Parts: sequence; structure tokens; C-alpha cells
Amino acid sequence: MTEQVESLIRKDYSAGFHTNIESDTLKPGLDEDVVRFISAKKEEPEWMLEWRLKAFRAWQEMVEPTWAHVHYPTIDFQSLSYYSAPKSMADKPKSLAEVDPELLDMYAKLGIPLHEQEALAGVAVDAVIDSVSVVTTYRAKLEEAGVIFCPISEAIKRFPELVRKYLGTVVPQKDNFYAALNSAVFSDGSFVYIPKGTRCPMELSTYFRINEINTGQFERTLIVADEGSYVSYLEGCTAPMRDENQLHAAVVELVALDDAQIKYSTVQNWYPGDKEGKGGIYNFVTKRGICHRNARISWTQVETGSAITWKYPSCILKGDNSVGEFYSVALTNNFQQADTGTKMIHIGKNTRSTIVAKGISAGRSQSAYRGLVRINAGAEGARNYTQCDSLLIGDRCGAHTFPYIESKNSSAQIEHEATTSKVSDDQLFLCQQRGLNAEKAVSMIVNGFCREVFKELPMEFAVEAGKLLEVSLEGSVG
Amino acid sequence: MLEIHNLNARVEGADILRNLSLSIKPGEVHAIMGPNGAGKSTLGNVLSGRPGYEVTSGEVLFNGKNLLELEIEERAREGLFLAFQYPVEIPGVTNMEFLKASVDARRKHLGMPDLSSFDFMKLARETSKKVSLDPAFLKRGVNEGFSGGEKKRNEIMQMMLLEPNLCILDETDSGLDIDALQVVAAGVNAMRDGKRSFIVVTHYQRLLDYIVPDYVHVLAAGRIVKTGGKDLALELEAKGYAWLEDEGA
Repeated sequence: MTEQVESLIRKDYSAGFHTNIESDTLKPGLDEDVVRFISAKKEEPEWMLEWRLKAFRAWQEMVEPTWAHVHYPTIDFQSLSYYSAPKSMADKPKSLAEVDPELLDMYAKLGIPLHEQEALAGVAVDAVIDSVSVVTTYRAKLEEAGVIFCPISEAIKRFPELVRKYLGTVVPQKDNFYAALNSAVFSDGSFVYIPKGTRCPMELSTYFRINEINTGQFERTLIVADEGSYVSYLEGCTAPMRDENQLHAAVVELVALDDAQIKYSTVQNWYPGDKEGKGGIYNFVTKRGICHRNARISWTQVETGSAITWKYPSCILKGDNSVGEFYSVALTNNFQQADTGTKMIHIGKNTRSTIVAKGISAGRSQSAYRGLVRINAGAEGARNYTQCDSLLIGDRCGAHTFPYIESKNSSAQIEHEATTSKVSDDQLFLCQQRGLNAEKAVSMIVNGFCREVFKELPMEFAVEAGKLLEVSLEGSVG
Repeated sequence: MLEIHNLNARVEGADILRNLSLSIKPGEVHAIMGPNGAGKSTLGNVLSGRPGYEVTSGEVLFNGKNLLELEIEERAREGLFLAFQYPVEIPGVTNMEFLKASVDARRKHLGMPDLSSFDFMKLARETSKKVSLDPAFLKRGVNEGFSGGEKKRNEIMQMMLLEPNLCILDETDSGLDIDALQVVAAGVNAMRDGKRSFIVVTHYQRLLDYIVPDYVHVLAAGRIVKTGGKDLALELEAKGYAWLEDEGA
């Protein structure tokens, strides 16, 4: 079994190519001037610069967290460049037809041809390459519905009162080390606003991609769903193959006002590093949403990439009867490390949360689930259900579970279930005896293990996620 | 169809099969009986290529091909089917998905096009009814939460869908009540077409009342010690195995 597993784990990263686009990159280093430079480059108003500087000053006083179950060499934050934009952005494309064909070609290699998406999938894509939004499709159609979906840099200029009202209200500048860094230097990201009582007419989707060597990418996403509205948002992430480690520290804030619903799905396939553990993305992400009365936020994530994943999409269930959900599949292979999970903070009465976390470890990878369920004193009738399942492939990987439960209200009901299993020789043999090769068999078994989570993804992305698992596992049995 | 010459195999360092030879022609049903630990299940596992079963010497020809050189899945695609004594569960993978992938792999090997999902679903539903399995089972995880009898019927359904050349039933009757046994036997009998061959490994004569074999072999201490017609099974039922073991030793 181990030998079989070994040979299947060997696999090249299929999104590992580098596109030759001239870039406008800032020299490495971080000080107030860099923050001012970024803000000026974005032609931001004064309040935004002040907001960034406040974050930067806070960040200087902070230290990197070390509690996660991940190991990596110290990051020299002065050796990174904090701004990079493709040169062809200087004359900003207004539509797909004006976009640098090389960029479009790169998307095609990633399997997300924008033209096709526009035509077939009915998905509006806000594509981000190295910090700057390149093109936003479908915006006109969305604007008809009153939906705002644009790069956050644009939103800061066009809708300053909205941005100012909500930015940093869910993830404050000083929230944590990486969030503070992001607040100081974020270059772009998405902004979404769904007006009262509006059901967003299509899935909104953003593909992020880190392209430039030695650049950190710091997107900032803010989604506000006004009272009684609904939106489903998907982000996909891929980065080219490099020997150096690259830093990615994003912040996502979700605000679901009374009776609103936000479904946020992530398919993350950042470069995981090679078979020896060289290179790969360090993914330190802060994602959090706040639910007002009767609101619902649902996080679904499929994490297959990154050398290190540090990520806890969370829900603050502030309003009575609000609902938080977290569905996660985290797959690690080779030398990848993932420490991921969620926080469900129950504040309102009768708040409910569901956590379903599936961890799959192969190779010499380490995967940890870390989750907090907190029931505050006023959260009468709160309920939580947590299910953590780990699947091990081979005998040199690890799975860890760190659940934290704090309940200050005796009427709360909290359930936690956890299982650990292995892809067994018998399962593999059954599949092979029925004519399937070992790779297909493992991918089928793993997909079956993830079914509960995949069914939460929008249909077309569920298929993509299944394929991604298959690709990520290639070489893990043979 | 199948030619086994002087097959020797070991499991975890112990010699289990010793100079076993057996010849099976198309359309024949061979029953393998014998006491516990005789190597009955080992034969099916060795033929299907299960990891951990080491062939130390001997030759096996399957449809003229050197079976022992083929990968597990290649043997399966060539038409060798093993119905498991203890079918494992694969949670979350639906029976339908699993069966479609299996049938597609077999058809591809035979140079046939994939069945459309629609055609396959129709075929699978019809087949499930033949083994008295509610078609709802097709949507459930492979063997997930199935009773012992349901698992065995699921195996027979897979066998019917894959249309193998050689079916090895490894103690398929164990743990079955008489109704389930009849369903399984009817499934097997329906597949007897004069070309397809069967190796029926069993402990009890009972199954052979329903699946009437052409030959009955007694396996003891890793080799065939006696071969006869279907009446041999009745004799064994009456006399046990001890007299043969003495004979073979």
C-alpha cells in the first residue's frame, strides 16, 4: 500500500506556468512610504490612506502568530515587494476585447476562459492578476439589478460612503498580524453590494492569481448583503510554480444584514510546492462574516493548494435566529501543511451553526482542523453541530483535530463528532478488481469522502473541485 | 479458458497453495470445497492479484494470456471477476457511479464505447431487480450500511453488469439465508450461457443444490486431493473432509 501510495503522490502542478507580461513592480521593503505609494497609485481619498497608515502602525507593534500547527522559516517582510501590476494596465482595458491576449491565454490554461464563462456559465468574473483587477464582466447586467460588483479600488472612489461604513467592521485593522498587514498594503480585491430584497441574478466569481516573482498578494474583499438579499460568491485561486515561497495574506469581510444570505465558496489551488517541499504559497488568510437578525452565512471551501494554509473562515452570529455554516475539504499532499477550520461565535438567541470539515492527508503532509464554537451568555437556545472527518492516505502523513468549545449558556446544545479513517487496501482492491486503476480508485474514494461538502458548492464548481482533487492526488497511489 | 499449472503461493511467509493444477473450459462450473485453511479463498485472491498473495512458482493462462503478469485491473478488464466473501464499504461513492466506472473500464478494454448515463441507468435498474435489490440501492454508497445479504446481492449485480468470462464466487453463500441464497443462485444460473465459466468456492453443499457444478474439487493443504462430479459434494456432506485429508497427505 505504502509503495502504491508513494507513486501516486508524484504529480506535476498543472497550473505551473509563468506568463510573460511586463510588470510594474515596487522594489522590496515595507515602510510608510510604501503604504503611501500604494494609496497614491490607487488614487485613494485621504481617509483611506489614514486607514491604511493606522493599520501599518498597528502592524509594526505586532508579532507573527506561532500557535498554528505549521512550520516554516521566518518570513522577512522587508524582502517582499508590496505592489505589482501588469504594465499593460496603464491603458486600462474597458472590455474583454481590449485585454492583453497573453492574460486571456493564461486564463485559458487555467481552464477559465472568460469568453466561454461569459457565454456559458452565466458567471460574472472579476479577474485579479497580481493585485489589479483586469477586467470585470457582466457588470452592466448586475448594475441593472442594482448589484455593485467591482474592484475594491474602484469602489473606494465610486462608493466611498458604503466602503467606509463597512470596511474593517468585521475584521478590524488590528485583528491579527496578517490582517493588519493586509489592511496596510492591500492592493485590490472585490467589492460587492446587494441592495435590499434583491436576489443577485447570477453567481459572482473572482479568480485570483499570483504571477509576479517575489510579490506578496494582499487582496481585500468586502461583501455587503443588505436586508433580505441573497448572493452566492465564488473565488478560485491558482499561482505559477516557483522555487521561492510566496506570501498571500488576504482579508475577506462579509456583512449579512437582517434576513440576508451570503454563500461564499472557495476553490483554492495555489502552488503547493514541489515533491521535496520546495516553493509554494504561504496562505495566511482572515475570513469572517457577521450575521444580523435571521441572516445566514455559509462558507464552503475546497483547499488543495498552498505550501501552508492558515485559514479560519468564521461567523459572528450576532442577530437572533442567524445561521452560520462551514463546509470544508482540505487536502494536503507531499510536504504541504494546513491548519484550517472555523470560528462560530454565537451571540444572538436561537443562533445555529453547522461545521463539516473533511481533511485528507497524503504523502508527508500534515493537516489540522482547528475550530472554535463559542456560545455567549445571551445566546439562549443556541445550537452547534460539528463533524470532523480525517482521511489518511499512506502512513507518513498526519491529521490533527483541535476543537475548542466555550459555552456560557446552559440552554445551548453542542455536538461534536470526529472520525479518522484510512483509504484501505481492501477498498483499493475492490475498485481495482472491478477494473479501475489505482489512481482512479483513490480519487473516487476521496471524492466520496468529500461528498457532503461538494454538494454545498455551486454545481459547475462541484465538478471542478472533484477534478481538482483528482489532479492533486495524482501520484499518491500506484 | 483457465489453465493453472503447478501453482505455488504464499501468504505472510506461509505456503498456502502447493502445486495446484486446474483446467477450466468455457461454460464449465467448478466447485471448490474443502476444510478451513485449505487455501480455498487464497486461490481466488491469487488469481485476481490481491496484494499480499505471493506466487512463488507455477503458471496461469487466462484466455491464452499469462495472467500472473497482468495488473489487478487488467485481469478484471480481461473478464476475471471475484465476488467477495466480505465486500467492503466505500462511503460516499454511489453504487451507480462505481458501477458505471467499472463497466466503462471493461467496455473500453473490449473496444466498446461508453454507455450513456441514461442507458447505463436503465441497465443498472433492470439488473438490480434481477437480484431483488431495490434500485434505490444504486444511489447509496457502495455497500454502505448494506446488510450481509444485500452486499452479496450487490456483488452478483456487479457480476451481471460486467459480464465477465470467468466468475469466482468466494464463499458467496456464507451468511445468507435461504431466500437470499436462491436469489444469488438464480443470478448465477441466469448467467450460465455455455461460454462463461465459474469457480464456486464454498464450504457447504447447500449452495450446490442450486448452482449445479460440472466438477467438484476438494482442496486440502493447498492442492486438489480429489475431483468428482456433483455427487462428490453430497458425499462430502455425509462423510466430512477428514478421510480425504488423510488421503492427500
